[in-house]
Amino acid sequence: MLKLRDGIVELYRKVATSLPPDVEDALKAACVSEKKGSNARHALDVILENIRIARETARPICQDTGVPVFYVKTPIGLSQIELEKTIIEATCIATEKVPLRPNAVDIITDKNTGDNTGIGFPIIYFRETPDSTLSIDLMLKGAGCENVGQTYKLPKEELKADRDLDGVRKCVLDAVYRAQGRGCSPYTIGVGIGAAKDQVARLAKEQLMRRLTDTNNIEVLFKLEKRLLKEINSLGIGPLGFGGKTTALGVKIGVNHRHPASYFVDISVCCWANRRGRLIW
Amino acid sequence: MVEKQFTVQKQKIINLPLSKKDVMGLNAGDVVLINGMIVTGRDKIHKFLFYERPLKKDIPFNLSGTILYHCGPIVKKSDSGYKIIASGPTTSIRVETYEHRIISSYGIRGIMGKGGMGERTLDAMKKNGCVYFHTIGGAAAYLADRVKRVVDVWKLEEFGVPEALWLLKVENFPAIVTMDAYGKSLHNDIAKKSGSALKKLIK
Repeated sequence: MLKLRDGIVELYRKVATSLPPDVEDALKAACVSEKKGSNARHALDVILENIRIARETARPICQDTGVPVFYVKTPIGLSQIELEKTIIEATCIATEKVPLRPNAVDIITDKNTGDNTGIGFPIIYFRETPDSTLSIDLMLKGAGCENVGQTYKLPKEELKADRDLDGVRKCVLDAVYRAQGRGCSPYTIGVGIGAAKDQVARLAKEQLMRRLTDTNNIEVLFKLEKRLLKEINSLGIGPLGFGGKTTALGVKIGVNHRHPASYFVDISVCCWANRRGRLIW
Repeated sequence: MVEKQFTVQKQKIINLPLSKKDVMGLNAGDVVLINGMIVTGRDKIHKFLFYERPLKKDIPFNLSGTILYHCGPIVKKSDSGYKIIASGPTTSIRVETYEHRIISSYGIRGIMGKGGMGERTLDAMKKNGCVYFHTIGGAAAYLADRVKRVVDVWKLEEFGVPEALWLLKVENFPAIVTMDAYGKSLHNDIAKKSGSALKKLIK
Protein backbone atom coordinates (compact mmCIF):
# COMPACT_ATOMS: atom_id res chain seq x y z
CA MET A 1 0.00 0.00 0.00
CA LEU A 2 2.87 2.35 -0.86
CA LYS A 3 0.75 4.73 -2.94
CA LEU A 4 -1.93 5.11 -0.31
CA ARG A 5 0.77 5.97 2.19
CA ASP A 6 1.97 8.83 -0.04
CA GLY A 7 -1.63 9.94 -0.48
CA ILE A 8 -2.00 10.22 3.29
CA VAL A 9 1.25 12.20 3.53
CA GLU A 10 -0.21 14.63 0.97
CA LEU A 11 -3.46 14.77 2.95
CA TYR A 12 -1.41 15.79 6.00
CA ARG A 13 0.34 18.48 3.97
CA LYS A 14 -2.90 19.85 2.59
CA VAL A 15 -4.67 19.89 5.95
CA ALA A 16 -1.73 21.45 7.81
CA THR A 17 -1.00 24.18 5.28
CA SER A 18 -4.41 25.28 3.95
CA LEU A 19 -7.92 25.84 5.28
CA PRO A 20 -11.14 24.50 3.72
CA PRO A 21 -12.82 27.20 1.55
CA ASP A 22 -15.90 27.43 3.80
CA VAL A 23 -13.71 28.30 6.81
CA GLU A 24 -11.64 30.86 4.94
CA ASP A 25 -14.79 32.47 3.51
CA ALA A 26 -16.30 32.71 6.99
CA LEU A 27 -13.13 34.36 8.30
CA LYS A 28 -13.15 36.87 5.43
CA ALA A 29 -16.77 37.75 6.17
CA ALA A 30 -15.93 38.09 9.87
CA CYS A 31 -13.01 40.40 9.08
CA VAL A 32 -15.05 42.96 7.15
CA SER A 33 -17.79 42.89 9.79
CA GLU A 34 -15.39 44.08 12.51
CA LYS A 35 -14.76 47.79 13.00
CA LYS A 36 -11.83 49.28 11.07
CA GLY A 37 -8.90 50.04 13.34
CA SER A 38 -10.16 47.69 16.08
CA ASN A 39 -7.99 44.99 17.62
CA ALA A 40 -10.47 42.40 16.31
CA ARG A 41 -10.04 43.66 12.74
CA HIS A 42 -6.26 43.74 13.17
CA ALA A 43 -6.24 40.15 14.42
CA LEU A 44 -8.38 38.91 11.49
CA ASP A 45 -6.27 40.84 8.97
CA VAL A 46 -3.15 39.08 10.26
CA ILE A 47 -4.97 35.73 10.37
CA LEU A 48 -6.06 36.04 6.71
CA GLU A 49 -2.59 37.12 5.67
CA ASN A 50 -1.16 34.16 7.56
CA ILE A 51 -3.50 31.78 5.73
CA ARG A 52 -2.30 33.17 2.41
CA ILE A 53 1.39 32.91 3.34
CA ALA A 54 0.99 29.38 4.68
CA ARG A 55 -0.73 28.20 1.50
CA GLU A 56 1.73 29.91 -0.84
CA THR A 57 4.82 28.72 0.99
CA ALA A 58 3.32 25.31 1.90
CA ARG A 59 4.06 25.82 5.59
CA PRO A 60 1.79 24.89 8.49
CA ILE A 61 -0.84 27.52 9.27
CA CYS A 62 -0.25 27.00 12.99
CA GLN A 63 2.88 25.65 14.69
CA ASP A 64 0.61 23.38 16.72
CA THR A 65 -0.21 20.79 14.11
CA GLY A 66 -2.23 19.17 16.85
CA VAL A 67 -3.37 15.65 17.48
CA PRO A 68 -4.17 14.03 14.13
CA VAL A 69 -7.65 12.50 14.21
CA PHE A 70 -8.64 10.12 11.41
CA TYR A 71 -12.19 9.11 10.54
CA VAL A 72 -11.84 6.23 8.12
CA LYS A 73 -14.70 4.66 6.20
CA THR A 74 -13.65 1.31 4.80
CA PRO A 75 -15.29 -0.83 2.14
CA ILE A 76 -16.16 -4.38 3.23
CA GLY A 77 -13.15 -6.65 3.29
CA LEU A 78 -10.39 -4.03 3.54
CA SER A 79 -7.97 -4.82 6.36
CA GLN A 80 -8.07 -2.27 9.17
CA ILE A 81 -4.82 -3.66 10.55
CA GLU A 82 -3.02 -2.88 7.28
CA LEU A 83 -4.67 0.54 7.05
CA GLU A 84 -3.60 1.45 10.56
CA LYS A 85 0.00 0.52 9.72
CA THR A 86 -0.14 2.66 6.60
CA ILE A 87 -1.52 5.66 8.51
CA ILE A 88 1.20 5.35 11.14
CA GLU A 89 3.91 5.14 8.49
CA ALA A 90 2.45 8.16 6.70
CA THR A 91 2.39 10.07 10.01
CA CYS A 92 6.14 9.52 10.56
CA ILE A 93 6.93 10.63 7.02
CA ALA A 94 4.62 13.66 7.17
CA THR A 95 6.19 14.79 10.45
CA GLU A 96 9.54 14.97 8.70
CA LYS A 97 8.36 16.20 5.30
CA VAL A 98 5.58 18.75 5.86
CA PRO A 99 6.96 19.29 8.58
CA LEU A 100 4.58 18.75 11.49
CA ARG A 101 5.54 19.58 15.04
CA PRO A 102 6.29 16.41 16.99
CA ASN A 103 3.48 16.32 19.56
CA ALA A 104 3.34 12.77 20.95
CA VAL A 105 4.63 12.69 24.54
CA ASP A 106 5.09 9.49 26.58
CA ILE A 107 3.13 9.68 29.85
CA ILE A 108 5.67 7.61 31.81
CA THR A 109 8.98 9.05 30.59
CA ASP A 110 7.65 12.47 29.51
CA LYS A 111 9.74 12.09 26.33
CA ASN A 112 8.51 13.29 22.97
CA THR A 113 8.62 10.41 20.47
CA GLY A 114 9.62 12.89 17.76
CA ASP A 115 7.43 11.44 15.01
CA ASN A 116 3.82 12.02 16.16
CA THR A 117 3.20 8.34 16.80
CA GLY A 118 2.69 6.56 20.09
CA ILE A 119 0.03 4.78 22.11
CA GLY A 120 -3.30 5.93 20.69
CA PHE A 121 -1.49 8.59 18.67
CA PRO A 122 -2.67 9.46 16.05
CA ILE A 123 -6.31 8.82 16.90
CA ILE A 124 -7.96 6.57 14.31
CA TYR A 125 -11.68 5.71 14.09
CA PHE A 126 -12.78 3.06 11.63
CA ARG A 127 -16.25 2.47 10.28
CA GLU A 128 -17.16 -0.13 7.68
CA THR A 129 -19.47 1.00 4.91
CA PRO A 130 -21.21 -0.74 2.01
CA ASP A 131 -19.52 1.72 -0.41
CA SER A 132 -16.73 0.51 -2.66
CA THR A 133 -14.46 3.48 -1.96
CA LEU A 134 -12.12 4.09 0.95
CA SER A 135 -12.67 7.51 2.50
CA ILE A 136 -10.11 9.01 4.90
CA ASP A 137 -11.00 12.20 6.78
CA LEU A 138 -8.27 13.94 8.73
CA MET A 139 -8.58 16.65 11.36
CA LEU A 140 -5.56 18.35 12.91
CA LYS A 141 -6.87 19.43 16.29
CA GLY A 142 -4.76 21.98 18.12
CA ALA A 143 -4.34 21.63 21.87
CA GLY A 144 -5.18 25.21 22.79
CA CYS A 145 -8.76 24.72 21.70
CA GLU A 146 -8.93 21.10 22.85
CA ASN A 147 -8.10 22.29 26.36
CA VAL A 148 -11.07 24.66 26.53
CA GLY A 149 -13.65 21.97 25.70
CA GLN A 150 -16.14 20.95 28.44
CA THR A 151 -18.39 18.06 29.41
CA TYR A 152 -21.63 18.69 31.31
CA LYS A 153 -24.03 16.39 33.11
CA LEU A 154 -27.57 17.68 33.12
CA PRO A 155 -29.32 18.95 35.16
CA LYS A 156 -26.89 21.66 36.21
CA GLU A 157 -28.30 23.96 38.81
CA GLU A 158 -25.74 26.81 38.58
CA LEU A 159 -26.76 27.33 34.97
CA LYS A 160 -30.45 26.63 35.55
CA ALA A 161 -29.95 23.99 32.90
CA ASP A 162 -32.59 21.24 32.84
CA ARG A 163 -32.57 18.01 30.91
CA ASP A 164 -33.71 19.49 27.63
CA LEU A 165 -32.32 21.31 24.61
CA ASP A 166 -32.59 24.65 26.38
CA GLY A 167 -30.33 23.17 29.06
CA VAL A 168 -27.92 22.20 26.29
CA ARG A 169 -28.02 25.77 24.98
CA LYS A 170 -27.02 27.10 28.40
CA CYS A 171 -24.11 24.65 28.64
CA VAL A 172 -22.76 25.71 25.25
CA LEU A 173 -22.90 29.40 26.17
CA ASP A 174 -21.23 28.70 29.51
CA ALA A 175 -18.45 26.71 27.81
CA VAL A 176 -17.72 29.54 25.36
CA TYR A 177 -17.77 32.10 28.16
CA ARG A 178 -15.31 30.00 30.15
CA ALA A 179 -13.06 29.58 27.10
CA GLN A 180 -12.94 33.35 26.43
CA GLY A 181 -10.42 33.82 23.60
CA ARG A 182 -7.91 31.32 24.97
CA GLY A 183 -8.62 28.64 22.38
CA CYS A 184 -8.08 31.08 19.46
CA SER A 185 -11.53 32.33 18.53
CA PRO A 186 -13.47 32.68 16.27
CA TYR A 187 -14.40 29.09 17.06
CA THR A 188 -16.29 26.28 15.43
CA ILE A 189 -18.30 24.61 18.18
CA GLY A 190 -19.11 20.90 18.05
CA VAL A 191 -21.79 19.62 20.44
CA GLY A 192 -22.57 15.98 21.24
CA ILE A 193 -25.55 14.87 23.34
CA GLY A 194 -26.22 11.35 24.57
CA ALA A 195 -25.91 8.57 27.13
CA ALA A 196 -22.20 8.24 27.91
CA LYS A 197 -19.15 10.46 28.36
CA ASP A 198 -16.91 8.76 25.80
CA GLN A 199 -19.66 8.68 23.20
CA VAL A 200 -20.65 12.36 23.48
CA ALA A 201 -17.01 13.47 23.39
CA ARG A 202 -16.45 11.60 20.15
CA LEU A 203 -19.75 12.80 18.71
CA ALA A 204 -19.00 16.44 19.55
CA LYS A 205 -15.59 16.30 17.90
CA GLU A 206 -16.98 14.56 14.84
CA GLN A 207 -19.37 17.51 14.31
CA LEU A 208 -16.31 19.66 13.58
CA MET A 209 -15.86 17.72 10.33
CA ARG A 210 -19.11 19.18 9.00
CA ARG A 211 -18.91 22.10 6.59
CA LEU A 212 -19.86 25.44 8.10
CA THR A 213 -22.33 25.87 5.25
CA ASP A 214 -24.17 22.56 5.78
CA THR A 215 -27.60 22.41 7.37
CA ASN A 216 -28.64 20.06 10.12
CA ASN A 217 -31.40 17.82 8.75
CA ILE A 218 -33.13 17.77 12.13
CA GLU A 219 -35.18 20.97 12.09
CA VAL A 220 -35.08 21.64 15.83
CA LEU A 221 -31.28 21.22 15.93
CA PHE A 222 -30.87 23.39 12.85
CA LYS A 223 -32.75 26.16 14.69
CA LEU A 224 -30.73 25.67 17.86
CA GLU A 225 -27.46 25.85 15.94
CA LYS A 226 -28.53 29.15 14.40
CA ARG A 227 -29.73 30.59 17.68
CA LEU A 228 -26.55 29.55 19.49
CA LEU A 229 -24.30 31.10 16.86
CA LYS A 230 -26.14 34.38 17.25
CA GLU A 231 -26.05 34.26 21.05
CA ILE A 232 -22.37 33.27 21.21
CA ASN A 233 -21.54 36.22 18.99
CA SER A 234 -23.46 38.53 21.29
CA LEU A 235 -21.09 37.69 24.17
CA GLY A 236 -18.54 40.17 22.78
CA ILE A 237 -15.47 37.98 23.31
CA GLY A 238 -14.41 38.44 19.69
CA PRO A 239 -11.42 37.18 17.70
CA LEU A 240 -8.67 35.94 20.07
CA GLY A 241 -10.62 37.44 22.96
CA PHE A 242 -9.89 41.03 21.88
CA GLY A 243 -13.58 41.93 21.96
CA GLY A 244 -15.74 42.16 18.84
CA LYS A 245 -18.61 40.64 16.92
CA THR A 246 -17.18 37.29 15.91
CA THR A 247 -16.58 34.74 18.63
CA ALA A 248 -17.77 31.74 16.61
CA LEU A 249 -18.08 30.85 12.93
CA GLY A 250 -20.47 27.95 13.38
CA VAL A 251 -22.21 25.63 15.82
CA LYS A 252 -22.82 21.97 14.90
CA ILE A 253 -24.89 19.64 17.06
CA GLY A 254 -25.13 15.85 16.94
CA VAL A 255 -27.37 13.60 19.04
CA ASN A 256 -27.48 10.01 20.21
CA HIS A 257 -30.21 8.37 22.27
CA ARG A 258 -29.64 8.69 25.99
CA HIS A 259 -30.30 6.58 29.07
CA PRO A 260 -33.33 7.76 31.12
CA ALA A 261 -30.99 8.57 34.00
CA SER A 262 -28.23 10.27 31.96
CA TYR A 263 -27.99 13.44 29.92
CA PHE A 264 -24.42 14.16 28.85
CA VAL A 265 -23.46 17.17 26.77
CA ASP A 266 -19.95 17.52 25.39
CA ILE A 267 -18.66 20.68 23.78
CA SER A 268 -15.65 20.38 21.51
CA VAL A 269 -14.15 23.73 20.64
CA CYS A 270 -12.13 24.22 17.47
CA CYS A 271 -9.88 27.24 16.88
CA TRP A 272 -10.28 29.47 13.81
CA ALA A 273 -7.78 27.18 12.08
CA ASN A 274 -10.37 24.46 11.57
CA ARG A 275 -8.07 22.10 9.65
CA ARG A 276 -9.86 19.20 8.01
CA GLY A 277 -9.66 17.33 4.72
CA ARG A 278 -10.67 14.17 2.91
CA LEU A 279 -8.87 11.61 0.80
CA ILE A 280 -11.02 9.36 -1.39
CA TRP A 281 -9.27 6.22 -2.57
CA MET B 1 7.50 38.25 -0.88
CA VAL B 2 5.65 41.54 -0.49
CA GLU B 3 4.93 42.27 3.14
CA LYS B 4 1.42 43.51 3.64
CA GLN B 5 1.01 46.46 5.96
CA PHE B 6 -2.19 46.92 7.87
CA THR B 7 -3.85 50.11 8.92
CA VAL B 8 -4.15 49.97 12.68
CA GLN B 9 -3.98 52.48 15.46
CA LYS B 10 -0.57 54.02 15.97
CA GLN B 11 1.96 51.26 16.51
CA LYS B 12 4.66 51.64 19.13
CA ILE B 13 8.09 50.31 18.22
CA ILE B 14 9.68 48.23 20.98
CA ASN B 15 13.44 47.67 21.05
CA LEU B 16 14.75 45.00 23.40
CA PRO B 17 16.02 44.79 26.08
CA LEU B 18 13.38 46.79 27.95
CA SER B 19 14.07 48.89 31.03
CA LYS B 20 11.55 49.37 33.82
CA LYS B 21 11.00 52.88 32.50
CA ASP B 22 10.21 51.51 29.02
CA VAL B 23 7.68 49.13 30.53
CA MET B 24 5.99 51.89 32.50
CA GLY B 25 5.52 53.71 29.20
CA LEU B 26 3.28 50.92 27.91
CA ASN B 27 -0.47 50.70 28.50
CA ALA B 28 -3.06 48.02 27.95
CA GLY B 29 -4.41 48.54 24.44
CA ASP B 30 -1.10 49.63 22.86
CA VAL B 31 -0.39 48.01 19.50
CA VAL B 32 3.33 47.29 19.21
CA LEU B 33 6.02 45.97 16.88
CA ILE B 34 8.83 44.18 18.70
CA ASN B 35 12.50 44.18 17.67
CA GLY B 36 15.45 42.40 19.25
CA MET B 37 16.16 39.17 21.11
CA ILE B 38 13.35 37.18 22.65
CA VAL B 39 13.35 33.77 24.36
CA THR B 40 10.75 31.03 23.92
CA GLY B 41 9.56 28.93 26.83
CA ARG B 42 6.52 26.85 27.58
CA ASP B 43 5.27 24.26 30.09
CA LYS B 44 8.44 22.28 30.82
CA ILE B 45 10.83 25.21 31.09
CA HIS B 46 8.44 27.04 33.40
CA LYS B 47 8.18 24.02 35.68
CA PHE B 48 11.96 23.67 35.57
CA LEU B 49 12.74 27.32 36.36
CA PHE B 50 10.13 27.34 39.14
CA TYR B 51 11.28 24.23 40.98
CA GLU B 52 15.00 23.97 40.13
CA ARG B 53 15.65 27.71 40.40
CA PRO B 54 18.85 27.76 38.31
CA LEU B 55 21.08 30.77 38.94
CA LYS B 56 21.19 33.44 36.25
CA LYS B 57 24.84 32.56 35.55
CA ASP B 58 23.87 28.97 34.79
CA ILE B 59 21.45 30.02 32.07
CA PRO B 60 23.29 30.58 28.79
CA PHE B 61 21.20 33.63 27.80
CA ASN B 62 20.59 36.88 29.57
CA LEU B 63 16.90 36.94 30.46
CA SER B 64 16.99 40.43 32.02
CA GLY B 65 14.87 42.91 30.12
CA THR B 66 13.80 40.39 27.53
CA ILE B 67 10.46 38.93 26.50
CA LEU B 68 9.61 35.34 27.41
CA TYR B 69 7.50 34.07 24.53
CA HIS B 70 5.06 31.21 25.18
CA CYS B 71 5.73 29.33 21.98
CA GLY B 72 6.66 25.84 20.87
CA PRO B 73 7.91 26.36 17.32
CA ILE B 74 8.35 24.05 14.36
CA VAL B 75 12.07 24.11 13.60
CA LYS B 76 14.04 22.67 10.71
CA LYS B 77 17.73 21.88 10.99
CA SER B 78 19.91 22.44 7.97
CA ASP B 79 23.67 22.76 7.32
CA SER B 80 23.48 26.49 7.96
CA GLY B 81 21.75 26.04 11.33
CA TYR B 82 18.20 26.07 12.60
CA LYS B 83 15.31 27.68 10.79
CA ILE B 84 11.93 28.57 12.31
CA ILE B 85 9.14 27.28 10.08
CA ALA B 86 6.13 28.16 12.24
CA SER B 87 6.06 30.03 15.53
CA GLY B 88 2.75 31.28 16.83
CA PRO B 89 1.89 31.63 20.52
CA THR B 90 0.64 28.93 22.88
CA THR B 91 -1.99 29.40 25.62
CA SER B 92 -0.37 31.35 28.46
CA ILE B 93 -2.72 30.49 31.32
CA ARG B 94 -1.19 27.00 31.61
CA VAL B 95 1.91 28.48 33.25
CA GLU B 96 0.00 30.76 35.63
CA THR B 97 1.25 28.77 38.65
CA TYR B 98 4.89 29.48 37.79
CA GLU B 99 5.10 32.80 36.00
CA HIS B 100 5.02 35.21 38.93
CA ARG B 101 8.26 33.87 40.40
CA ILE B 102 9.97 33.63 37.01
CA ILE B 103 9.22 37.31 36.39
CA SER B 104 10.64 38.34 39.75
CA SER B 105 13.66 36.00 39.74
CA TYR B 106 14.96 36.59 36.23
CA GLY B 107 14.12 40.24 35.51
CA ILE B 108 11.86 39.50 32.56
CA ARG B 109 10.09 42.63 31.30
CA GLY B 110 7.59 41.07 28.93
CA ILE B 111 5.56 37.90 28.72
CA MET B 112 4.20 37.12 25.28
CA GLY B 113 1.60 34.53 24.35
CA LYS B 114 -2.11 34.26 23.82
CA GLY B 115 -5.23 34.34 25.95
CA GLY B 116 -3.76 36.43 28.77
CA MET B 117 -2.94 35.39 32.33
CA GLY B 118 -4.39 35.50 35.81
CA GLU B 119 -4.23 37.63 38.93
CA ARG B 120 -0.95 36.28 40.32
CA THR B 121 0.88 37.16 37.12
CA LEU B 122 -0.85 40.54 36.87
CA ASP B 123 0.26 41.24 40.42
CA ALA B 124 3.86 40.20 39.69
CA MET B 125 3.84 42.45 36.63
CA LYS B 126 2.75 45.37 38.76
CA LYS B 127 5.36 44.67 41.45
CA ASN B 128 8.30 44.05 39.12
CA GLY B 129 7.55 46.15 36.04
CA CYS B 130 6.52 43.74 33.32
CA VAL B 131 3.76 43.64 30.68
CA TYR B 132 1.87 40.98 28.74
CA PHE B 133 2.06 41.07 24.95
CA HIS B 134 -0.77 39.25 23.21
CA THR B 135 0.27 38.20 19.74
CA ILE B 136 -1.87 36.62 17.03
CA GLY B 137 -2.84 33.05 17.94
CA GLY B 138 -2.43 30.61 15.08
CA ALA B 139 -0.64 33.06 12.78
CA ALA B 140 2.40 30.81 12.80
CA ALA B 141 3.73 31.32 9.26
CA TYR B 142 3.25 35.10 9.43
CA LEU B 143 5.04 35.27 12.77
CA ALA B 144 7.83 32.89 11.68
CA ASP B 145 8.64 35.36 8.88
CA ARG B 146 9.32 37.95 11.57
CA VAL B 147 11.92 35.73 13.21
CA LYS B 148 15.08 36.75 11.43
CA ARG B 149 17.52 34.37 13.07
CA VAL B 150 17.82 31.51 15.55
CA VAL B 151 20.65 32.71 17.77
CA ASP B 152 20.91 29.85 20.22
CA VAL B 153 19.01 27.06 21.96
CA TRP B 154 19.10 25.56 25.46
CA LYS B 155 17.64 22.30 26.80
CA LEU B 156 16.95 20.96 23.32
CA GLU B 157 18.00 17.38 24.05
CA GLU B 158 16.31 17.25 27.42
CA PHE B 159 12.98 18.91 26.60
CA GLY B 160 12.57 18.38 22.84
CA VAL B 161 11.93 20.91 20.06
CA PRO B 162 8.65 22.53 21.21
CA GLU B 163 9.71 22.81 24.86
CA ALA B 164 13.31 24.01 24.44
CA LEU B 165 14.41 27.60 25.11
CA TRP B 166 15.04 29.19 21.72
CA LEU B 167 16.84 32.51 21.58
CA LEU B 168 15.40 34.35 18.58
CA LYS B 169 16.11 37.63 16.88
CA VAL B 170 12.83 39.17 15.75
CA GLU B 171 11.91 42.17 13.61
CA ASN B 172 8.57 43.98 13.58
CA PHE B 173 6.92 41.19 15.54
CA PRO B 174 3.31 42.34 16.09
CA ALA B 175 1.49 42.21 19.43
CA ILE B 176 -1.00 44.07 21.58
CA VAL B 177 -0.34 44.95 25.21
CA THR B 178 -3.30 43.41 27.02
CA MET B 179 -1.96 43.48 30.61
CA ASP B 180 0.16 46.38 31.81
CA ALA B 181 2.37 47.18 34.80
CA TYR B 182 -0.38 49.35 36.29
CA GLY B 183 -2.61 46.35 36.95
CA LYS B 184 -4.94 46.87 33.97
CA SER B 185 -6.01 43.72 32.10
CA LEU B 186 -8.11 43.85 28.94
CA HIS B 187 -8.87 40.16 29.53
CA ASN B 188 -10.56 41.00 32.81
CA ASP B 189 -12.61 43.69 31.05
CA ILE B 190 -13.80 41.28 28.32
CA ALA B 191 -14.50 38.51 30.85
CA LYS B 192 -16.64 40.89 32.89
CA LYS B 193 -18.61 42.14 29.89
CA SER B 194 -19.17 38.67 28.44
CA GLY B 195 -20.12 37.42 31.91
CA SER B 196 -22.96 39.88 32.21
CA ALA B 197 -24.08 39.11 28.65
CA LEU B 198 -24.09 35.40 29.56
CA LYS B 199 -26.22 36.00 32.64
CA LYS B 200 -28.94 37.58 30.51
CA LEU B 201 -28.88 34.70 28.04
CA ILE B 202 -29.24 31.90 30.59
CA LYS B 203 -31.68 33.44 33.05
